[in-house]
Parts: sequence; structure tokens; C-alpha cells
Amino acid sequence: MRKAIQKRMEAKKYVWEGAIPLQIHLHESQVTTLPPPPPALILAPRIGYLPLLVPLIKPHFSSTLPPGVDTIWFEYRGLPLKWYIPTGVLFDLLCAEPERPWNITVHFRGYPGNVLIPCDGEDSVKWSFINSLKEAAYIINGNCKNVMNMSQSDQLELWHSVMNGRVPVRLYVWSISEDFDDWEDLSQVDSWEKISYINRPIEIHKEGKCFTLHDAMKSLLPEFFSDESLSDSKLARVDFEDAQKIPSEDVSSNKVVEDQGQNAYEHREACCISSSAEIKLIRIQGIEPKLEIPFSWLVNNLLNPDHFLHICVCVKVPQ
Amino acid sequence: MMDVFNWDGTVSAKDFRIGALSFAQKWESLNSAFPPWSWVPCPKHPWLASPELFQEEGYLSLENICISRPYEVDIDQNSQTDPGEEETSCSEKEDDIDDATLVQSNHHELHYCDFHIVYSYTFRVPVLYLRAYCSDGRPLLLDEIEKELPACSSKESPETKWAFITQEEHPYLKRPWYKLHPCGTSEFMKLLFLGGDTGQPKLEVVLELYLLSWFSAVGQVVGLRIPCKMLNDRR
Repeated sequence: MRKAIQKRMEAKKYVWEGAIPLQIHLHESQVTTLPPPPPALILAPRIGYLPLLVPLIKPHFSSTLPPGVDTIWFEYRGLPLKWYIPTGVLFDLLCAEPERPWNITVHFRGYPGNVLIPCDGEDSVKWSFINSLKEAAYIINGNCKNVMNMSQSDQLELWHSVMNGRVPVRLYVWSISEDFDDWEDLSQVDSWEKISYINRPIEIHKEGKCFTLHDAMKSLLPEFFSDESLSDSKLARVDFEDAQKIPSEDVSSNKVVEDQGQNAYEHREACCISSSAEIKLIRIQGIEPKLEIPFSWLVNNLLNPDHFLHICVCVKVPQ
Repeated sequence: MMDVFNWDGTVSAKDFRIGALSFAQKWESLNSAFPPWSWVPCPKHPWLASPELFQEEGYLSLENICISRPYEVDIDQNSQTDPGEEETSCSEKEDDIDDATLVQSNHHELHYCDFHIVYSYTFRVPVLYLRAYCSDGRPLLLDEIEKELPACSSKESPETKWAFITQEEHPYLKRPWYKLHPCGTSEFMKLLFLGGDTGQPKLEVVLELYLLSWFSAVGQVVGLRIPCKMLNDRR
């Protein structure tokens, strides 16, 4: 038992200490000196957020900035980066072939307010983080209270309850249309419109065989799993009549079962996207777990501090 | 049959969709002072070649609603708004503001609002999203919105303390919008149905009237009142 806890602590340590080397360039429109300043080299925590790095970045460029009020934002190859997504998730999502160091650009002016929610520095990040934490707490506990006061033992209890309930998950899905030899050959994600963001809890039932990552993916993205595997899944056996026979003390989970049954029903109707649509890559905290991995391991080890499992998925959809 | 006493005040995505369409229908037939709500289907994967596949999700939309108070409207404006009507009864904005006098008296600038009712998978309840702007399209800031819709402000009465407005990315449009936080929704929905002296309603009746009841409370926060005939209609 102690060894298991030790191993879990180690895995958690890797997650919490995971970092991305960044090479941050000042956007040319804001360079007022010659020669232009060298890029800032910063090790960014995976579980952190880009605006929290500003105290390290700003001094590096302050002598070359034009006068005026700063409204800081980051961009990767033209794509403004959403500051409320953890740095590690942005990296896993936007860099199919991990680029080390990751070259991103910082702007101090011209905040794209039509695309990005305003950020007033650390306070905005804190606020966004706490909102996510409350959301996760609601998913796990059924209420938003007491989130800030959880002790270590409370947290341990949380994991046990999670495995027979709902798990907070944020899924980021992007697609490619043909096969490739190298991730580097892929075209760049140049717009957030090209990414499906699915903020939806995964429901887990303890009975039956082990709930794997594969099961989790099938419940969130049934359209990418071909018909023949559907007969194995628990989902296929649920239909509306069955949902109503479930005892009434479990009303809330009835709805989820109904929803999942609904998904399965519509899946049979609409079929999957195509028989050759497939999931090419799943990345969580920078690692690519096998589909057979027990989902509980991922929940126990790879959650972000906001208690969400952030999952980046690349799918192939032939045109 | 599921017991309404064990109901936790939430709805499934499927019930939300059904309830939304029936709410929109009722609204259109009984609330002629306003334009109708429309259901906007949303593809799960917008980047698919045929995005209309997997389009079970969507939201209700009511747009271009004037939220400025009638007495702020310039009296020589070529307007169809009768100040005696309900506060938010302007129709298409294009009808009201192609008048030179309004442009000159810019302190009487009108403010408009788009409302979307979106389902939250986390809280399993509807959530009201809103976006407010001037006639020239400039987005309103939070304090300007709170001035037009004072009930949105968290400083208001205890009944509206759950009506807490935050800025967030719209789940489908991916742009910054404001939303009324859904944290207390399931509790007050449960109270709405079980707190009264109408006896034990059947759960299926509850679900059918869910959106109507939800909106009768939430709509007030943003100045959209449901006429009594809509609440009394049991068809």
C-alpha cells in the first residue's frame, strides 16, 4: 500500500514539476531599439498559465517597449493564445511535434479583444482558476462549497468518490485529413475555430470491467468509433425504457444514463463520421497513454490543479 | 415513474432541447411584444467537411433587444417605441436609429443586448449568456451593462444574489460573452416546483415547464418579463 502511495506521489511530482522551455520573442511592431532585444528564455510550469510569467518577461523587454499602457498577450505563429488554458495544454495541443524550446511571441499592445477575454494580470488568472476549480468541485461533489478548504485527507476521499461518479474533463479536438510521416509536416492550427472544445464531465460506473481511456473517449466522441465496437459497450444496452426502470433514488444519474443512451441511439442512427475516421493521438500532461490504460490512473495522477483532466486529441477525418 | 421529490432540480441535455423548442413556441404565440427566440443548432465539430452531422446541440437565441430605458430615448427620434409599453419592447434596431437627430444627441445612445440560453453539461441546467453593445456595435463594459440591468449587479437584493454575472467564452461562438452564473440554479428550480402549495406535480410536467419557470425567474434579472398569459398557459 505504501509503495502504491509512493508511486502516486512520484507521478504527481512529475506532473507538478513538468515544465516547458519557452523562447519568447517580442513582436516586431513593439521593438523600438536597435539591435532588437534577444528573446527571453523561460522554463514555464506545465500546470501554470502564461500571464503568470509576465513578471519574468517584462523586465527583459521593458527598455525597448514603446511608451503607453501594456495589454499583454501571447501568440504562436499568428494564433492568439488563450491565457486561461494551462501552458502545458496549449503546448500539447498546438505543437504536434513538440518544439523545444517552444517559440512564442509576446505582445504588449493591440489586445485582440474580439477573440480573447480581457486579462488584467494575475487577478484574472486567479479568478479563472477558481471558477474552474468550483466547476470541478460541483462535478465531483454536487456543490461548489468548501472547495478552498479541502484538506489532504479530503482530497484522497475525493478520488475515491470520483471513480463512481463524474470526472471533470476538458477535451480539445483537432483534425487532420491525410496520413503523414512526420508530425512536423502537418499544417499549423491557425484558428481556434479548427479546434472543438468539449467541456463535459465523463460519467463512470464502478461495476463491470475496468473503465479505460478507450471507454472514456468513446463516451465523449462516439462519432469516431466504428459501429462494430458499439455492441461491446455498455452504452448500447441502455435505451429509454431501461432508463426509467432504474430506481428513483438515483434521479440525477438517470439523466446522464439517458444522455449516454441518447448518444448511443443517435450514434446508431447517424453512424460514425466514416469508417476510416480514427483517433490518431491523445495527449495528457505531455504523455500519450495507451487506450487500454485504466481511466482511474489518469484521474489519480494527471489532473491539473484545477482538478480537470485536460485531454488533447488529434483525429483523422478523410475529406 | 421517477419521483419528483428525489429530483435534484437539473435536466438532461435531451430534456433541455425539447423544453427549449416548446418554450420558444409558447413565447412566439403568446408574447408578441418581443421577437421570437430561435433555436441555433451547433455542430459538435465545426471543422468537419459536413458540420451538420452531429448537430444535436444548440442554443436558444434572442437578439437585438433594446435594453435602454424608454425615457432615455430622444423624443424627436423617429421611433416606434411607445414609452408606455414594457421597458424592453424595441424590435429591429434598424427601424429606430436611422435618424440624424439621434446621431447628434449622443448622450441618448441606445444599448442593445443579445441573449442566448445555453445548456451546461457541468451544472445540468440552462445558463443565460448575454452580450450588450451600442448602436454602432461597440461592446458595452460590465459597469455599463449593470447600469442598464441593475438586477445583474451582485450588490442587489438577496433574491438576486445567485444572479452573478461573469465574463466567459461563449461555449459555441468562442467569443467573450457575459453569463449569469448557474451555481444556484438547480436549488431554486427545485424550490420553484416543490416549494409551492400546488401539491406534487408529476416529473414529466415539471420537465415540460422547466424552461418556462427558469426563465420567469432569470429573465427578470435582465429585464425580460414573461407575460402572465404565458405562465398560465397549460397547453
